[in-house]
Amino acid sequence: MTSMRDDSYDAVMARRNEIMKKAVGIDYEKFTIDGIAFDYEKMMREVGYSIDEVREIQAETCVGNTPLVELKNINRLIKKLAAKGKGARVFLKDEAANPSGSFKDRRAAVSVYRAKKMGYKGVIAATSGNYGAAVASQAAKRGLKCIIVQECYDSHWRGQPEILEKGRACEAYGAEVVQLTVGPELFYYTLLLLEQTGYFNASLYSPYAIAGIETLGYEIAHQMIELTGRYPDAVIVTHAGGGLITGTARGLKKAGGTETKIIGASVDLRGLHMASDEAFNKKYFTTGHTGFGIPFAVFPDRSDVPKNAARPLRYMDRYVLVTQGEVFYVTEMLAQLEGLQRGPAGNTSLTAAIALALEMDEDQTIVVNETEYTGAGKLPSAQLTFAKQMGMVVKRGDPIKEDIPGKVIAIPQHPSQIGVIEFPVSDMKKSYLKELIKRENKDKFNDNEMEFLQEDLNAAKEEIEKWILEVRRE
Amino acid sequence: MSTNLAKKGDWVQVQLNILSPQERSKYLPEDTKKVPLQMRVKGFLVDEIASLGATVRVKTTTDRIISGILIDINPKYTHNFGEPVPELINAGVELRKLMEEVDGCDGLEGDAK
Repeated sequence: MTSMRDDSYDAVMARRNEIMKKAVGIDYEKFTIDGIAFDYEKMMREVGYSIDEVREIQAETCVGNTPLVELKNINRLIKKLAAKGKGARVFLKDEAANPSGSFKDRRAAVSVYRAKKMGYKGVIAATSGNYGAAVASQAAKRGLKCIIVQECYDSHWRGQPEILEKGRACEAYGAEVVQLTVGPELFYYTLLLLEQTGYFNASLYSPYAIAGIETLGYEIAHQMIELTGRYPDAVIVTHAGGGLITGTARGLKKAGGTETKIIGASVDLRGLHMASDEAFNKKYFTTGHTGFGIPFAVFPDRSDVPKNAARPLRYMDRYVLVTQGEVFYVTEMLAQLEGLQRGPAGNTSLTAAIALALEMDEDQTIVVNETEYTGAGKLPSAQLTFAKQMGMVVKRGDPIKEDIPGKVIAIPQHPSQIGVIEFPVSDMKKSYLKELIKRENKDKFNDNEMEFLQEDLNAAKEEIEKWILEVRRE
Repeated sequence: MSTNLAKKGDWVQVQLNILSPQERSKYLPEDTKKVPLQMRVKGFLVDEIASLGATVRVKTTTDRIISGILIDINPKYTHNFGEPVPELINAGVELRKLMEEVDGCDGLEGDAK
């Protein structure tokens, strides 16, 4: 098919709003209030589905209702390491039990259901993560065509093993996998595909996708009440694009768990540029790291939809970083002590959970809200072999003091070395404002905008004014 | 029998340039700016016969027709489980030993007897 359209980078990017509107079927302008302010809850209400509707949709394709288990052996180890009276109990939501092996099935289930209902012939998702396999699996079940666009090679055609595995999984479900070299123009090519095929944009960040995750928080609340008689004290969420934290927190709150602390955890890969060809294969975690976690929190609308339904700063009470070496160690621990061989992503929050359990009281509980499938490309052995080939130093040592992203991976010598690096949520809120001021080229906001900012940052007006003042001084 | 020739209908992989360095986004780090944005995709060969390195057309599983350089015929997955990593093997052994100590002081071992 030849196109008379101008398909250059600038021309396609200029058509982005028009292309996206057709491809998601949502008129986002309807939710604009005034300037930067938009009605997030109205968007979630009108476009998303209720928990009960989502549960029904997900049940049709075998998604959700995954087991929640107490990690009894790891908890005995925590008790041994903890000071007297400390050592919270850690529970794990085994999301690997979903059809394609991760919580992403929850997101994909609602998106693909919606695409089918609206009469689209196929779905497209731009993702190098488990979401690709989830969309491909759901599309297979509902008889839709599927294209997954991945960033998976550097300019020397060295593929990131985990992303190659995710591509294989997509192909197993009959999807076409478009494999790209490094660069944010993945979004450009995705727009081009949406325009050429007329398929649905199964964005990770639509209200459908986020509504799909709410059942995860909802199930955690109910399962914890059944197991322990009360809501968990904390839920730890591996944080990347912000959808998992947003959906989980919303679901928990809908189930009455309003006091539960929502803690985000990411692998520390600070200093490695996300769009750098050279840095691409110096990362041994492909998601759940700071390269996504920080930028998506401070500017959610950088995503592939005009208004991102994943807005992590509304829900995140605390943000902690862990190192690659710690997560590999904890992945080994989960296999050896609990008999659960699971993939990398959920183990980021499990690592943080072990560290935080030591500071929490022994009668408190922590839930790690996901696991994912593992295997070729995803295993610590696959990633560490690749790391060594790329010249990384892999050693036993203090995982926080000796860790250098892009240079040194230090695997703990003892579980007592597992710790976290605090990243104040208030720093991200201030960065959000700083970027907003730069983007909008203004630092005065009207009442509607101010009200929106209070919601979007989950902060008081006085705090926001103080941060704006600080940004202005800088 | 391996061959460098693909026939119509064979499952193959092609490679193509999407954006040359000049056509790329302006907002890129220096290293990425220097190289083109490239793509690989698999599909069924549309042409009658072609050898590796030739420019061919393929039909993907979503029926898109794409032109590119033929780089592989019946492409296999090459990612794997990696090599044994001594640092992790040792960590596993240590953790199991540590658990034996934990069980020892819990008295769980005693309970089991």
